[in-house]
Amino acid sequence: MRITQGCFSFLPDLTDTQIAAQINYCLEQNWAVAIEFTDDPHPRNTYWNMWGLPMFDLRDPAGVMGELRACREANPEIYIRINAFDSTKGWETVRMSFIVQRPTAEPGFRVIRQETQGRKLRYTMESYAVGRAPEGARYSA
Amino acid sequence: MNAPEKAPAPARIDLGAEFRDAGIGEVLESLERDLVGLAPVKRRVREIAALLLVDRVRQRLGLTTEQPSLHMSFTGNPGTGKTTVAMRMAEILHRLGYCRRGHVVAVTRDDLVGQYIGHTAPKTKEVLKRAMGGVLFIDEAYYLYRPENEKDYGQEAIEILLQVMENQRDDLVVILAGYADRMERFFESNPGMKSRIAHHIDFPDYSNSELGEIAQRMLAGWNYRFDEAAFSAFDEYIVLRRRQSHFANARSIRNALDRMRLRQALRLFESGATVDAEALTTITESDVRASRHFQQAEAG
Repeated sequence: MRITQGCFSFLPDLTDTQIAAQINYCLEQNWAVAIEFTDDPHPRNTYWNMWGLPMFDLRDPAGVMGELRACREANPEIYIRINAFDSTKGWETVRMSFIVQRPTAEPGFRVIRQETQGRKLRYTMESYAVGRAPEGARYSA
Repeated sequence: MNAPEKAPAPARIDLGAEFRDAGIGEVLESLERDLVGLAPVKRRVREIAALLLVDRVRQRLGLTTEQPSLHMSFTGNPGTGKTTVAMRMAEILHRLGYCRRGHVVAVTRDDLVGQYIGHTAPKTKEVLKRAMGGVLFIDEAYYLYRPENEKDYGQEAIEILLQVMENQRDDLVVILAGYADRMERFFESNPGMKSRIAHHIDFPDYSNSELGEIAQRMLAGWNYRFDEAAFSAFDEYIVLRRRQSHFANARSIRNALDRMRLRQALRLFESGATVDAEALTTITESDVRASRHFQQAEAG
Protein backbone atom coordinates (compact mmCIF):
# COMPACT_ATOMS: atom_id res chain seq x y z
CA MET A 1 0.00 0.00 0.00
CA ARG A 2 1.50 3.29 -1.12
CA ILE A 3 1.84 5.69 1.76
CA THR A 4 0.47 9.16 1.18
CA GLN A 5 1.82 11.83 3.48
CA GLY A 6 2.66 15.48 2.91
CA CYS A 7 2.61 17.33 -0.40
CA PHE A 8 2.55 15.63 -3.81
CA SER A 9 1.97 12.18 -2.33
CA PHE A 10 -0.89 11.41 -4.72
CA LEU A 11 1.38 12.19 -7.67
CA PRO A 12 3.99 9.84 -9.12
CA ASP A 13 7.27 10.00 -7.23
CA LEU A 14 9.18 13.20 -7.92
CA THR A 15 12.33 12.99 -10.00
CA ASP A 16 15.52 14.59 -8.69
CA THR A 17 15.03 17.58 -11.00
CA GLN A 18 11.54 18.08 -9.62
CA ILE A 19 12.78 17.71 -6.04
CA ALA A 20 15.49 20.31 -6.69
CA ALA A 21 12.88 22.66 -8.15
CA GLN A 22 10.69 22.30 -5.04
CA ILE A 23 13.69 22.94 -2.79
CA ASN A 24 14.53 25.96 -4.89
CA TYR A 25 11.03 27.30 -4.22
CA CYS A 26 11.50 26.75 -0.46
CA LEU A 27 14.84 28.57 -0.46
CA GLU A 28 13.33 31.47 -2.37
CA GLN A 29 10.78 31.84 0.44
CA ASN A 30 13.67 31.95 2.94
CA TRP A 31 12.65 28.69 4.52
CA ALA A 32 15.17 26.37 6.16
CA VAL A 33 15.23 22.89 4.63
CA ALA A 34 15.72 19.70 6.63
CA ILE A 35 15.99 16.03 5.69
CA GLU A 36 14.37 13.34 7.87
CA PHE A 37 14.10 9.57 7.57
CA THR A 38 12.23 6.76 9.30
CA ASP A 39 11.19 3.14 8.96
CA ASP A 40 8.05 3.69 11.04
CA PRO A 41 5.76 5.57 8.66
CA HIS A 42 2.65 5.51 10.89
CA PRO A 43 0.72 8.71 10.13
CA ARG A 44 0.80 9.72 13.79
CA ASN A 45 4.56 9.23 14.07
CA THR A 46 5.75 12.80 13.86
CA TYR A 47 9.20 12.02 15.22
CA TRP A 48 11.29 11.01 12.24
CA ASN A 49 15.08 10.85 12.56
CA MET A 50 16.93 13.96 11.50
CA TRP A 51 19.60 13.66 8.84
CA GLY A 52 21.91 16.36 10.15
CA LEU A 53 20.63 19.72 11.24
CA PRO A 54 18.19 21.84 9.26
CA MET A 55 20.09 23.80 6.64
CA PHE A 56 19.95 27.55 7.07
CA ASP A 57 21.16 30.37 4.79
CA LEU A 58 21.34 28.25 1.65
CA ARG A 59 20.99 29.92 -1.72
CA ASP A 60 20.97 26.94 -4.02
CA PRO A 61 19.37 23.47 -3.89
CA ALA A 62 22.69 21.77 -4.75
CA GLY A 63 23.62 21.67 -1.06
CA VAL A 64 20.39 19.92 -0.06
CA MET A 65 20.59 17.52 -3.00
CA GLY A 66 24.10 16.52 -1.90
CA GLU A 67 22.84 15.72 1.60
CA LEU A 68 19.86 13.85 0.15
CA ARG A 69 22.22 11.71 -1.95
CA ALA A 70 24.27 10.91 1.14
CA CYS A 71 21.11 10.05 3.11
CA ARG A 72 19.84 7.75 0.34
CA GLU A 73 23.18 5.99 0.16
CA ALA A 74 23.17 5.37 3.90
CA ASN A 75 19.48 4.37 3.98
CA PRO A 76 18.50 2.81 0.66
CA GLU A 77 15.26 1.11 1.77
CA ILE A 78 13.61 3.61 4.02
CA TYR A 79 11.28 6.60 3.94
CA ILE A 80 12.97 9.98 3.49
CA ARG A 81 11.15 13.29 3.51
CA ILE A 82 12.11 16.90 3.09
CA ASN A 83 10.69 19.50 5.44
CA ALA A 84 10.78 23.25 4.93
CA PHE A 85 10.59 25.42 8.04
CA ASP A 86 9.43 29.00 7.98
CA SER A 87 11.06 31.07 10.71
CA THR A 88 10.36 34.46 9.13
CA LYS A 89 7.48 35.13 11.54
CA GLY A 90 9.56 34.41 14.62
CA TRP A 91 8.10 30.99 15.29
CA GLU A 92 9.24 27.97 13.42
CA THR A 93 6.66 26.00 11.55
CA VAL A 94 6.64 23.43 8.79
CA ARG A 95 5.38 25.01 5.61
CA MET A 96 6.04 22.12 3.30
CA SER A 97 6.86 18.47 3.69
CA PHE A 98 7.15 15.81 1.03
CA ILE A 99 8.41 12.26 0.67
CA VAL A 100 11.48 11.90 -1.55
CA GLN A 101 12.22 8.20 -1.11
CA ARG A 102 10.16 5.16 -0.19
CA PRO A 103 11.05 1.47 0.13
CA THR A 104 10.39 -0.78 -2.89
CA ALA A 105 7.85 -2.89 -1.02
CA GLU A 106 5.34 -1.15 1.22
CA PRO A 107 3.25 -3.78 3.00
CA GLY A 108 0.87 -1.19 4.46
CA PHE A 109 -1.27 -1.21 7.62
CA ARG A 110 -3.82 -3.43 9.22
CA VAL A 111 -6.77 -2.41 11.37
CA ILE A 112 -6.82 -3.82 14.91
CA ARG A 113 -10.24 -4.13 16.52
CA GLN A 114 -10.16 -4.28 20.30
CA GLU A 115 -13.37 -5.35 22.00
CA THR A 116 -13.96 -3.59 25.31
CA GLN A 117 -16.83 -3.20 27.78
CA GLY A 118 -20.31 -3.55 26.36
CA ARG A 119 -19.02 -5.02 23.09
CA LYS A 120 -17.66 -1.58 22.25
CA LEU A 121 -14.97 -1.61 19.53
CA ARG A 122 -11.76 0.40 19.62
CA TYR A 123 -9.98 0.74 16.33
CA THR A 124 -6.28 1.24 15.86
CA MET A 125 -3.78 0.81 13.06
CA GLU A 126 -0.54 -1.07 12.87
CA SER A 127 2.08 -1.18 10.14
CA TYR A 128 2.89 -4.72 8.98
CA ALA A 129 6.50 -3.72 8.53
CA VAL A 130 6.78 -2.42 12.09
CA GLY A 131 5.04 -5.49 13.49
CA ARG A 132 7.30 -8.02 11.84
CA ALA A 133 10.79 -6.69 12.65
CA PRO A 134 12.61 -4.32 14.99
CA GLU A 135 13.83 -0.89 13.95
CA GLY A 136 16.51 -0.98 11.28
CA ALA A 137 15.43 -4.36 9.82
CA ARG A 138 11.92 -3.50 8.74
CA TYR A 139 12.31 -2.79 5.06
CA SER A 140 15.68 -4.30 4.17
CA ALA A 141 15.05 -7.12 1.71
CA MET B 1 0.91 15.38 -35.71
CA ASN B 2 4.49 16.11 -36.59
CA ALA B 3 6.94 16.71 -33.86
CA PRO B 4 8.44 20.20 -34.15
CA GLU B 5 11.76 19.99 -35.90
CA LYS B 6 14.79 20.71 -33.81
CA ALA B 7 16.44 23.97 -34.79
CA PRO B 8 19.75 23.21 -36.50
CA ALA B 9 22.84 24.58 -34.78
CA PRO B 10 23.59 28.01 -36.28
CA ALA B 11 26.66 28.13 -38.46
CA ARG B 12 27.72 31.62 -37.42
CA ILE B 13 27.37 33.40 -34.13
CA ASP B 14 27.79 37.11 -33.66
CA LEU B 15 30.27 37.42 -30.81
CA GLY B 16 29.45 41.07 -30.25
CA ALA B 17 25.75 40.31 -29.84
CA GLU B 18 26.58 37.41 -27.57
CA PHE B 19 28.72 39.74 -25.47
CA ARG B 20 25.91 42.31 -25.22
CA ASP B 21 23.26 39.70 -24.43
CA ALA B 22 25.28 38.25 -21.59
CA GLY B 23 25.43 41.74 -20.06
CA ILE B 24 29.02 41.28 -18.95
CA GLY B 25 30.02 44.41 -20.80
CA GLU B 26 28.60 46.61 -18.08
CA VAL B 27 30.24 44.56 -15.34
CA LEU B 28 33.62 44.85 -17.03
CA GLU B 29 33.04 48.53 -17.65
CA SER B 30 32.13 49.23 -14.04
CA LEU B 31 35.20 47.24 -13.00
CA GLU B 32 37.28 49.50 -15.22
CA ARG B 33 35.54 52.62 -13.95
CA ASP B 34 35.17 51.94 -10.22
CA LEU B 35 38.58 50.48 -9.47
CA VAL B 36 41.65 52.66 -9.59
CA GLY B 37 44.80 51.16 -11.14
CA LEU B 38 45.02 47.35 -11.04
CA ALA B 39 45.69 47.20 -14.79
CA PRO B 40 47.05 43.61 -14.82
CA VAL B 41 44.07 42.40 -12.76
CA LYS B 42 41.55 44.02 -15.07
CA ARG B 43 43.32 42.48 -18.02
CA ARG B 44 43.18 39.01 -16.53
CA VAL B 45 39.51 39.39 -15.66
CA ARG B 46 38.80 40.43 -19.26
CA GLU B 47 40.75 37.42 -20.51
CA ILE B 48 38.83 35.04 -18.31
CA ALA B 49 35.51 36.60 -19.30
CA ALA B 50 36.46 36.33 -22.98
CA LEU B 51 37.48 32.69 -22.57
CA LEU B 52 34.20 31.81 -20.92
CA LEU B 53 32.19 33.65 -23.54
CA VAL B 54 34.02 31.93 -26.38
CA ASP B 55 33.62 28.59 -24.63
CA ARG B 56 29.91 29.14 -24.41
CA VAL B 57 29.68 29.99 -28.08
CA ARG B 58 31.77 26.94 -28.99
CA GLN B 59 29.35 24.78 -27.06
CA ARG B 60 26.42 26.20 -29.03
CA LEU B 61 28.18 25.27 -32.26
CA GLY B 62 28.57 21.76 -30.98
CA LEU B 63 32.32 21.99 -30.46
CA THR B 64 32.71 20.11 -27.26
CA THR B 65 34.91 21.68 -24.69
CA GLU B 66 35.50 20.33 -21.27
CA GLN B 67 33.70 22.28 -18.57
CA PRO B 68 36.36 24.89 -17.79
CA SER B 69 37.86 24.87 -14.34
CA LEU B 70 37.02 28.17 -12.73
CA HIS B 71 38.72 28.01 -9.35
CA MET B 72 41.06 30.93 -8.86
CA SER B 73 43.69 32.26 -6.56
CA PHE B 74 44.06 35.98 -5.86
CA THR B 75 47.42 36.93 -4.43
CA GLY B 76 48.50 40.33 -3.22
CA ASN B 77 49.06 42.48 -0.19
CA PRO B 78 46.16 43.47 2.05
CA GLY B 79 43.90 46.24 0.81
CA THR B 80 44.63 45.73 -2.89
CA GLY B 81 41.02 44.96 -3.81
CA LYS B 82 40.92 41.15 -3.78
CA THR B 83 37.50 40.92 -2.14
CA THR B 84 36.05 43.62 -4.39
CA VAL B 85 37.28 41.90 -7.53
CA ALA B 86 35.92 38.57 -6.23
CA MET B 87 32.45 40.15 -6.01
CA ARG B 88 32.74 41.38 -9.60
CA MET B 89 34.03 38.01 -10.72
CA ALA B 90 30.98 36.33 -9.20
CA GLU B 91 28.79 38.77 -11.10
CA ILE B 92 30.57 37.98 -14.38
CA LEU B 93 30.34 34.21 -13.82
CA HIS B 94 26.66 34.60 -12.99
CA ARG B 95 25.91 36.57 -16.13
CA LEU B 96 27.74 34.04 -18.28
CA GLY B 97 25.77 31.22 -16.66
CA TYR B 98 28.72 29.52 -15.02
CA CYS B 99 27.37 30.27 -11.60
CA ARG B 100 23.66 29.91 -10.80
CA ARG B 101 23.25 32.57 -8.09
CA GLY B 102 26.36 34.73 -8.20
CA HIS B 103 26.54 35.31 -4.45
CA VAL B 104 29.85 35.39 -2.59
CA VAL B 105 30.41 33.62 0.72
CA ALA B 106 33.57 35.02 2.28
CA VAL B 107 35.20 32.85 4.94
CA THR B 108 38.48 32.42 6.77
CA ARG B 109 40.06 29.47 8.55
CA ASP B 110 37.81 29.92 11.60
CA ASP B 111 34.69 29.26 9.54
CA LEU B 112 36.01 26.03 8.06
CA VAL B 113 38.14 24.36 10.70
CA GLY B 114 36.67 22.99 13.92
CA GLN B 115 38.08 22.97 17.41
CA TYR B 116 37.90 19.30 18.24
CA ILE B 117 37.83 15.93 16.50
CA GLY B 118 34.77 15.51 14.31
CA HIS B 119 33.92 19.19 14.31
CA THR B 120 35.69 20.14 11.10
CA ALA B 121 33.85 18.07 8.51
CA PRO B 122 30.33 19.29 9.39
CA LYS B 123 31.57 22.86 9.67
CA THR B 124 33.31 22.82 6.30
CA LYS B 125 30.36 21.06 4.66
CA GLU B 126 27.94 23.61 6.03
CA VAL B 127 29.96 26.46 4.57
CA LEU B 128 30.19 24.62 1.25
CA LYS B 129 26.43 24.11 1.20
CA ARG B 130 25.87 27.80 1.80
CA ALA B 131 28.23 28.69 -1.04
CA MET B 132 26.68 26.27 -3.57
CA GLY B 133 25.57 28.09 -6.69
CA GLY B 134 27.96 30.94 -5.98
CA VAL B 135 31.53 31.75 -5.11
CA LEU B 136 33.36 30.63 -1.99
CA PHE B 137 36.01 33.22 -1.15
CA ILE B 138 38.60 31.90 1.31
CA ASP B 139 40.67 34.75 2.67
CA GLU B 140 44.19 33.95 3.89
CA ALA B 141 43.76 30.40 2.69
CA TYR B 142 47.28 29.35 3.73
CA TYR B 143 46.19 29.32 7.37
CA LEU B 144 44.23 26.17 6.53
CA TYR B 145 47.51 24.29 6.39
CA ARG B 146 49.67 24.32 9.50
CA PRO B 147 52.71 22.14 8.83
CA GLU B 148 54.10 22.68 12.33
CA ASN B 149 51.18 20.81 13.87
CA GLU B 150 50.49 17.46 12.28
CA LYS B 151 47.32 16.99 14.30
CA ASP B 152 45.89 20.22 12.92
CA TYR B 153 42.35 19.81 11.58
CA GLY B 154 43.04 22.16 8.67
CA GLN B 155 44.15 19.25 6.51
CA GLU B 156 40.71 17.69 6.88
CA ALA B 157 39.07 20.89 5.64
CA ILE B 158 41.45 20.99 2.67
CA GLU B 159 40.57 17.42 1.72
CA ILE B 160 36.82 18.09 1.79
CA LEU B 161 37.37 21.27 -0.21
CA LEU B 162 39.43 19.44 -2.83
CA GLN B 163 36.76 16.79 -3.21
CA VAL B 164 34.02 19.34 -3.80
CA MET B 165 36.25 21.45 -6.08
CA GLU B 166 36.76 18.40 -8.26
CA ASN B 167 33.34 16.74 -8.20
CA GLN B 168 30.95 19.68 -8.06
CA ARG B 169 32.66 22.07 -10.41
CA ASP B 170 29.40 23.36 -11.83
CA ASP B 171 27.94 23.99 -8.37
CA LEU B 172 30.71 26.02 -6.82
CA VAL B 173 33.65 28.25 -7.67
CA VAL B 174 36.39 28.58 -5.07
CA ILE B 175 38.63 31.63 -4.87
CA LEU B 176 41.63 31.47 -2.54
CA ALA B 177 43.20 34.74 -1.49
CA GLY B 178 46.23 35.85 0.47
CA TYR B 179 49.79 37.13 0.43
CA ALA B 180 51.73 35.98 -2.65
CA ASP B 181 54.70 34.34 -0.91
CA ARG B 182 52.63 32.47 1.67
CA MET B 183 50.19 31.27 -0.99
CA GLU B 184 53.13 29.97 -2.98
CA ARG B 185 54.30 27.94 0.00
CA PHE B 186 50.75 26.74 0.62
CA PHE B 187 50.49 25.48 -2.97
CA GLU B 188 53.88 23.81 -2.74
CA SER B 189 52.77 21.75 0.22
CA ASN B 190 49.33 21.08 -1.31
CA PRO B 191 49.97 20.16 -4.94
CA GLY B 192 46.43 18.86 -5.26
CA MET B 193 45.14 22.33 -4.57
CA LYS B 194 47.49 23.94 -7.03
CA SER B 195 46.56 21.63 -9.88
CA ARG B 196 42.86 22.35 -9.42
CA ILE B 197 43.25 26.08 -9.66
CA ALA B 198 43.22 27.35 -13.21
CA HIS B 199 43.61 31.08 -12.81
CA HIS B 200 46.20 32.86 -10.73
CA ILE B 201 45.77 36.60 -10.51
CA ASP B 202 48.37 38.77 -8.84
CA PHE B 203 47.28 42.08 -7.32
CA PRO B 204 50.03 44.73 -7.42
CA ASP B 205 50.39 47.37 -4.71
CA TYR B 206 48.90 50.76 -5.48
CA SER B 207 51.20 53.62 -6.39
CA ASN B 208 51.09 56.78 -4.28
CA SER B 209 49.15 58.73 -6.87
CA GLU B 210 46.62 55.88 -7.19
CA LEU B 211 46.13 55.91 -3.43
CA GLY B 212 45.55 59.67 -3.62
CA GLU B 213 42.87 59.10 -6.21
CA ILE B 214 41.31 56.31 -4.14
CA ALA B 215 41.18 58.66 -1.15
CA GLN B 216 39.38 61.30 -3.19
CA ARG B 217 36.86 58.78 -4.47
CA MET B 218 36.21 57.46 -0.98
CA LEU B 219 35.65 60.97 0.32
CA ALA B 220 33.36 61.79 -2.60
CA GLY B 221 31.37 58.67 -1.77
CA TRP B 222 30.84 59.95 1.77
CA ASN B 223 30.14 63.53 0.58
CA TYR B 224 33.43 64.94 1.80
CA ARG B 225 36.31 66.55 -0.05
CA PHE B 226 39.87 67.75 0.51
CA ASP B 227 40.68 71.41 -0.02
CA GLU B 228 43.78 71.96 -2.10
CA ALA B 229 46.28 72.24 0.73
CA ALA B 230 44.81 69.17 2.42
CA PHE B 231 45.22 67.14 -0.74
CA SER B 232 48.91 67.90 -1.09
CA ALA B 233 49.33 67.23 2.64
CA PHE B 234 47.62 63.89 2.12
CA ASP B 235 50.10 63.05 -0.64
CA GLU B 236 52.87 63.58 1.89
CA TYR B 237 50.91 61.51 4.37
CA ILE B 238 50.79 58.56 1.95
CA VAL B 239 54.56 58.65 1.53
CA LEU B 240 55.08 58.68 5.30
CA ARG B 241 52.47 56.02 5.98
CA ARG B 242 53.91 53.64 3.40
CA ARG B 243 57.19 53.56 5.31
CA GLN B 244 55.45 52.41 8.49
CA SER B 245 54.75 48.76 9.21
CA HIS B 246 51.33 47.19 8.58
CA PHE B 247 50.66 49.32 5.55
CA ALA B 248 47.52 47.90 3.97
CA ASN B 249 47.05 49.95 0.80
CA ALA B 250 43.46 51.11 0.34
CA ARG B 251 42.42 49.85 3.76
CA SER B 252 45.03 52.04 5.49
CA ILE B 253 43.78 54.94 3.43
CA ARG B 254 40.23 54.36 4.57
CA ASN B 255 41.27 54.19 8.20
CA ALA B 256 43.29 57.38 7.83
CA LEU B 257 40.30 59.14 6.28
CA ASP B 258 38.09 57.94 9.13
CA ARG B 259 40.47 59.51 11.63
CA MET B 260 40.58 62.73 9.63
CA ARG B 261 36.80 62.90 9.66
CA LEU B 262 36.93 62.54 13.44
CA ARG B 263 39.40 65.41 13.70
CA GLN B 264 37.32 67.53 11.36
CA ALA B 265 34.20 66.91 13.46
CA LEU B 266 36.02 67.83 16.65
CA ARG B 267 37.46 70.97 15.08
CA LEU B 268 34.01 72.13 13.98
CA PHE B 269 32.51 71.23 17.33
CA GLU B 270 35.11 73.07 19.35
CA SER B 271 35.08 76.17 17.19
CA GLY B 272 31.47 76.62 18.23
CA ALA B 273 30.76 78.74 15.17
CA THR B 274 27.82 78.31 12.83
CA VAL B 275 28.64 75.93 10.01
CA ASP B 276 27.48 75.65 6.42
CA ALA B 277 27.53 72.73 4.03
CA GLU B 278 30.90 73.89 2.74
CA ALA B 279 32.50 73.63 6.19
CA LEU B 280 30.82 70.30 6.89
CA THR B 281 32.15 68.68 3.73
CA THR B 282 35.68 70.08 3.66
CA ILE B 283 38.65 68.38 5.23
CA THR B 284 41.39 70.95 5.72
CA GLU B 285 45.15 70.73 5.89
CA SER B 286 45.17 70.89 9.69
CA ASP B 287 42.95 67.79 9.86
CA VAL B 288 45.49 65.91 7.76
CA ARG B 289 48.62 67.28 9.38
CA ALA B 290 47.45 66.37 12.89
CA SER B 291 48.21 62.73 12.08
CA ARG B 292 50.84 61.14 14.28
CA HIS B 293 52.85 60.13 11.23
CA PHE B 294 53.72 63.77 10.60
CA GLN B 295 54.74 64.28 14.22
CA GLN B 296 56.86 61.14 14.16
CA ALA B 297 58.53 62.29 10.95
CA GLU B 298 59.36 65.63 12.54
CA ALA B 299 60.63 64.08 15.75
CA GLY B 300 62.68 61.42 13.97
